[in-house]
Amino acid sequence: MANLFKIAVRNLLRYKRRTLLTASLITVGVVFVLVFVAVAGSFKNMMIGQITDSMIGHVQVHRKGFVASIETLPLNLNLKGGAIARLEKILDAQPEVEAYSPRVKFGGMFSNFTETSSIRLTAIDPEREFKTVPLLPGRVTAGSKELKTGGILIPELLARGMKVKPGDPVVIVATNADGSVNGKQFTVTGVMESATGPGGRDGYIHLGDARELLRMEDRQVSEYAVRLKKFGNLAAFSAKLEGILAGELNQQGKPLFEVHAWEKLSPFFNIARMIDLMTLFIKLMLIAIVLISIMNVMIMAVYERIREIGTIAAIGTQPGKILSMFVIEGFCMGVAGALIGNSVGIGIVQLLNILKIRYDFGQQQGIVLQAGISPADILVISATVIVVSVIASLQPAFKASRMEPIKALRHV
Amino acid sequence: MSLLIAEEVGKNYQVGEVVIPALRGVSFAIDPASFVSFIGPSGSGKTTLLNLIGCLDMPTSGRLTVAGADVGTLDRKQSASFRGANIGFIFQDFNLLPVLTVSENIEYPLLMVQKVPPGERRRRVTALLEAVGMVDQQDKYPDQISGGQKQRVAVARALVTNPKLVLADEPTANLDHQTAYMVLNLMKKMRDEFKTTFIFSTHDQKIVGEAEIIYLLEDGELKGKEVKGGKNNG
Ligand SMILES: Nc1ncnc2c1ncn2[C@@H]1O[C@H](COP(=O)(O)OP(=O)(O)OP(=O)(O)O)[C@@H](O)[C@H]1O
Ligand SMILES: [Mg+2]
Repeated sequence: MANLFKIAVRNLLRYKRRTLLTASLITVGVVFVLVFVAVAGSFKNMMIGQITDSMIGHVQVHRKGFVASIETLPLNLNLKGGAIARLEKILDAQPEVEAYSPRVKFGGMFSNFTETSSIRLTAIDPEREFKTVPLLPGRVTAGSKELKTGGILIPELLARGMKVKPGDPVVIVATNADGSVNGKQFTVTGVMESATGPGGRDGYIHLGDARELLRMEDRQVSEYAVRLKKFGNLAAFSAKLEGILAGELNQQGKPLFEVHAWEKLSPFFNIARMIDLMTLFIKLMLIAIVLISIMNVMIMAVYERIREIGTIAAIGTQPGKILSMFVIEGFCMGVAGALIGNSVGIGIVQLLNILKIRYDFGQQQGIVLQAGISPADILVISATVIVVSVIASLQPAFKASRMEPIKALRHV
Repeated sequence: MSLLIAEEVGKNYQVGEVVIPALRGVSFAIDPASFVSFIGPSGSGKTTLLNLIGCLDMPTSGRLTVAGADVGTLDRKQSASFRGANIGFIFQDFNLLPVLTVSENIEYPLLMVQKVPPGERRRRVTALLEAVGMVDQQDKYPDQISGGQKQRVAVARALVTNPKLVLADEPTANLDHQTAYMVLNLMKKMRDEFKTTFIFSTHDQKIVGEAEIIYLLEDGELKGKEVKGGKNNG
């Protein structure tokens, strides 16, 4: 085996320029894939992080049917007494859950005493909400992040349009579940920049104020936002929670709850999918590059060495050994390309991180690019390159092994 | 017992519709440790016959037995093994592997064809390097030595597996006269030393004289046999 490698490497070195050219082609391919995976991956993670951590949470639970009519924020689809207790008991029992936050969502009118505009509001328990969506306080750009009873965090666009600043008194008017209208005065605690996605322009008030404004006699919740300890567990956890909650039925025997992971709630999931798709295509291109370049070189190598193949075959070298000689050549070239490509790729990714490249995402400005490659990525890419190299050399190698010695020896 | 028996061996080449008879019913027998030459004009069938003896091709008719094996019955793998175990080849163009040094070229059959342990391998390679006088060139690559030296290396490579038979198709055609004689004398010396049968073809009248048994081929037929030193084996 060692001798097969020795012969293969020497044959590769025999055509230095060609080997170098092919290896660098593979290298360039690997570098592109690595850098793309790192940058796109970091962008995707940042985007998902922004969306889940500043607003949506990882998973949401509603009363069945709420998400379908989320545009109207129907108060009659709120969870009440027994259901709340059952759900919270279940959520408390899940070890994967880091925090969860009950919210009441409703629409209303916002008045600064001279003008009126519509507003969507999310009523929260600030402490629990900030644990569930930790980037939320960061969205407050003016005033205070401390949301107390009687205070309101209003979206930037509304503050600008209605010329309201922190400390100003405002009035919120809302229709409650039985159709009667009620108003309540608030003081603007802070102004928050909008987040990208649905609900990104909501104002925030305290849960207690919502109960008063909407004249709720008992505790009601429109949605539960849930944060997991590990984002990677998302798919498994939502499936599990769905399973558990499917068993919770209402009096009519219909399911009581519905579970949605963030990707069902945000259009940005499609962008994340798009990034995945692009990564896949870039990887396919790498495979094509490796396949074509290695095959090309190996076909040439076999053609140039027909007489040598004839010689070793005549001497008695078994076809299988001749096959492995050429496959090992392809393998070595793949290994070389993968090694150099990974080294250069990792170098470039490190460089990108050192340069601290900044970019904007939605309202978030100056996010530092944090490109990262996981060992798994490197392993998968290297393995792909090497396996494809071997596959690409199989056909030429097979052809070499099947050559008739006399025909090969006669070849000029 | 004869090492080689040819009984009415015929070989036709099919080129499109046309059948070219390259050998027509050739019969002969060759004893071990002989030094045999096939001569004849171009196209007389020398290469064709040597290819058959070397198990590189199959006869169209007749029967060819080499070292007890019927050449016509071996499949691809079997014939490769058979060649590796019993036959050494010397080529007109030397055909050394350019990526291997002189000693690695000689070692090749022991390493890649047979499985000879390292110590034994080293011993045999050294012995042959000495026998062909290439010890001081052993680490050079083929493109760093002369044609005559290459053919000496090729002789060593052919002999390193201790084959029963060494075949050489026009081994001296690419060498000048002096070198050609030297190579033939080396082959003869090896025959004396290792008791290997050498069969070579040539159309060079001058070096034919070096052979002990000379077969004359003409138009695919055996037209004569000359034995030197009174040894006649039919
Ligand atoms: N592969 C082949 N296909 C068709 N015809 C062939 C083939 N090989 C040889 N022949 C023909 O068979 C005959 C014998 O050829 P062969 O090569 O054995 O002659 P040779 O004695 O070796 O000639 P030379 O001295 O030129 O090498 C010739 O007529 C040749 O044209
Ligand atoms: Mg010939």
